[in-house]
Amino acid sequence: MSTNTEQKPTTFIGGAANYLDERLSLGGVLKNFGRKVFPDHWSFMLGEVAMYSFVVLLISGTFLTFFYQPSMASVHYEGSYAPLKGAEMSIAYASSLDISFDIRGGLLMRQVHHWAALLFVAAAGLHMLRVFFTGAFRKPRELNWLVGFFLFLAAMGGGFTGYSLPDDLLSGNGLRIIDGMLKAIPFIGPSISSGLFGGEFPGDEIVARLYSLHIMIIPALIIVLLAVHLMMVIIHKHTHYSGPGKTDENVVGFPLMPVYVAKAGGFFFLVFGVLMAIAATFTINPIWNYGPYDPSPVSAGTQPDWYIGWLDGALRLAPSRMDVELLGVVLPFGVLLPLVISLAFLAVVAAYPFIEKWVTGDDREHHVLDRPRNAPTRTGIGAAGVVFYAVLWAGASTDLIATNFQMNLNQVLTSMQILLIIGPVIAFWVTKRACIALQRKDREIALHGRETGRVVRLPHGEYIEVHEQVDKYELWKLVDFKDYQPTLARPNAQGKITLGSKIRAALSSFYFEDRIAPVSKAEYELAHADHSPAPSVEKPKRKPRELVGKK
Amino acid sequence: MRRRPWAIGFVIFLGLVLSGGGYAAATNVVQAEVSSADQVAEGRKLFLANCASCHGSNGEGAIGGPSLIGVGAASVDFQVGTGRMPGQASGPQLYKKPVQFTEEQISAMAAYVASLAPGPAIPDAEYLKTTGDDIDMTHGSELFRINCAMCHNAVGAGGALTQGKFAPALGGVTEKHIYEAMVTGPQNMPVFNDANLTPEDKRDIIAYLKYVEEADSVGGYELASIGPVAEGLFVWIFGLGFIIAITVWLGAKAN
Ligand code: HEC
Ligand code: HEC
Ligand code: HEM
Repeated sequence: MSTNTEQKPTTFIGGAANYLDERLSLGGVLKNFGRKVFPDHWSFMLGEVAMYSFVVLLISGTFLTFFYQPSMASVHYEGSYAPLKGAEMSIAYASSLDISFDIRGGLLMRQVHHWAALLFVAAAGLHMLRVFFTGAFRKPRELNWLVGFFLFLAAMGGGFTGYSLPDDLLSGNGLRIIDGMLKAIPFIGPSISSGLFGGEFPGDEIVARLYSLHIMIIPALIIVLLAVHLMMVIIHKHTHYSGPGKTDENVVGFPLMPVYVAKAGGFFFLVFGVLMAIAATFTINPIWNYGPYDPSPVSAGTQPDWYIGWLDGALRLAPSRMDVELLGVVLPFGVLLPLVISLAFLAVVAAYPFIEKWVTGDDREHHVLDRPRNAPTRTGIGAAGVVFYAVLWAGASTDLIATNFQMNLNQVLTSMQILLIIGPVIAFWVTKRACIALQRKDREIALHGRETGRVVRLPHGEYIEVHEQVDKYELWKLVDFKDYQPTLARPNAQGKITLGSKIRAALSSFYFEDRIAPVSKAEYELAHADHSPAPSVEKPKRKPRELVGKK
Repeated sequence: MRRRPWAIGFVIFLGLVLSGGGYAAATNVVQAEVSSADQVAEGRKLFLANCASCHGSNGEGAIGGPSLIGVGAASVDFQVGTGRMPGQASGPQLYKKPVQFTEEQISAMAAYVASLAPGPAIPDAEYLKTTGDDIDMTHGSELFRINCAMCHNAVGAGGALTQGKFAPALGGVTEKHIYEAMVTGPQNMPVFNDANLTPEDKRDIIAYLKYVEEADSVGGYELASIGPVAEGLFVWIFGLGFIIAITVWLGAKAN
């Protein structure tokens, strides 16, 4: 490939690049990849925040593996934390204390690792909400939604296994709860538990097992899923918000190389920096306070990390005394019910794109995102889901709410139980109504412009308020959305209306009965017929379908 | 529930005549220092003026409050010294209020109540020290986790009990009051008598609590020591909040 006529690179970097290119032909790959376009909007960076937190986790976690020892064998602590000197504890706990007190930089690394874990899951969760509320999960991205969902589960799993490694009182209590949940599963539960713990809880194997999960299996899973996730983002290209020139057929933004990559590189360091700053100033998980794990004591304020909180909350909010005896087996519904409800909640989250697609029957590809208000029912469902999750989450801190706001624990618990049921319903209704109201306002603005508050008197004596017409960019945003209509249950080839199609029709009217249609061209022209001068709307290059007239 | 002034005066008079300084001879087996007759008389006076309305004119208990016979000097010293007594009608649990009496007045009332019947005494200074070779803080921290952390949290940050009751945070409570809380078990707290926890055990617990209170926090600011909930809120509000501000800034720069 290299001929005499070709220019030789003169710099070292140039030479190195040439060397690699000649052997690996990376240039072609990079050129292709580098021309991918990534749109710019703050909400598109949330996935990145999660990804960078994960990188921070890998770096700080590697440091921790050098000093942490996953053994439950017992030793007497000889480190420098005075109130535990000489105490009997597991090697795992002692080595975590050593990292905190006796290894240079160890505590900072522990804290960075833990803060990064919390941020990782938080950013992934918010990213998921962004994807949900903008409808980014629609065809062709349903599968990527699923991959993302499993990423989220893996992130939770990674967090939980890590939380349990120091083998302190708090993490032991967490495991005890898991043990209790497993044992509650009828018939097979007890054997699952003893399989996991290598005998009766706590046994002396669980920490080593969690360690392999935590440092090998789960990170590997996350890396693989993340690779697939990002590949799919590249294959599908990123979505964009609606605007002139932004269509379901293109992506508008910056090319990955060099603009985006440079920005992303800088962004990584910003996230890293913020995490380091937090870790250097704020304590997280002060394991020395909790003491070594011992099955008897439980501390007040025993809570899991935030992302497991909703599961703990489900347990706390479930009414007690619900054990039912069946065929000689006690079914502890106080534990089983929350377990089933949580799993069902997760299943709905995972399946949502498929459910919505089935209801709308929409088989087109969507690359332009929805404004949340333009999908009122979906947005309402999302709000209901957020409230449901939030109440469960708050349910995990009923005791802290009671102490810190001087309330009665039992009353807090009862109000949460009620809120868990009616909260989502209210959230759905309020959000949907709010969306529809916003859509009405958009229609008004598209048709008649914005109110300016300026009132003028016309020559013939009439008073009118001057409305300022929106420009074409605004207008596009206001009118560019799909208008679904409820479908009817139709008979199939055999002339029968199946149950499935009845359900589908019911769901369809649940979704689309209340709707606001986007402004059509005819309406727009009518509205502007008596206003002169007509707004100088040049037709956008590719008109939104609705403006073309068909409706 | 308040009595008329003349009634109180009459009760005081009657009390004085009846007791006639006879309490001076009464000794308390559990009590470490022998209180003088004057102190007891002074205590009785204060008691009749401030406490008798609820606890009865001889501490035998009344509608407003329980009997104090046998609760000992430690209980009075704790209750009045932490500002819990004189009680005030309240919800599920009496709150602390600013302390209303001087040290001498409290000792006098304690001496008076102790003179009614033997009960736990105010602890010796030897059990209240927090440094020294014989102190085993590791033992203290272990005892604290086993006996107290389920109500008061692992570092004494406090916790909720059922029906609006709560175990308070233990920061800022004096060594003496911690000891007295253990021996008297105020309100919903169990009593830890010398058979449960020897005076040395109690001393170790106090030493641990004081260590936690005074030691510098190793990991930076502590977020109220209430554990993962505070950490989770922090990461959402400040961590993610700050990062979103950065993303908005980066996004805005592009346009
Ligand atoms: C308004 C009524 C009221 C007044 C006035 C009052 N107390 Fe009390 N006291 C109570 C009540 C009620 C309790 C029981 C608290 C509980 O355990 O729930 C109590 C408990 C106590 C106890 C603890 C008893 C035990 O079992 O250990 C002591 C000691 C005590 N009071 C001393 C005093 C003293 C000394 C005064 C005067 C300075 C006083 N009280 C004034 C209502 C009162
Ligand atoms: C069952 C729960 C419970 C346990 C166990 C318990 N406490 Fe308490 N503790 C309480 C409650 C409730 C109060 C508040 C009593 C009051 O306000 O009258 C309290 C009050 C105290 C106070 C007084 C705090 C103040 O603000 O004046 C101290 C000190 C204290 N406890 C120490 C301990 C120690 C030390 C232990 C372990 C040996 C312990 N407690 C075990 C429930 C508990
Ligand atoms: C656990 C860690 C996760 C990481 C590190 C991650 C990372 C990313 C990144 C970097 C992008 C491209 C930029 C962006 O849109 O933000 C992306 C896109 C996407 N993610 Fe995730 N993600 C995670 C979890 C999830 C979850 C939980 C879901 C949903 C269940 C999800 C669904 C999607 C979808 C559908 C896209 C395409 C969005 C679009 O094109 O508009 N991801 N992800």
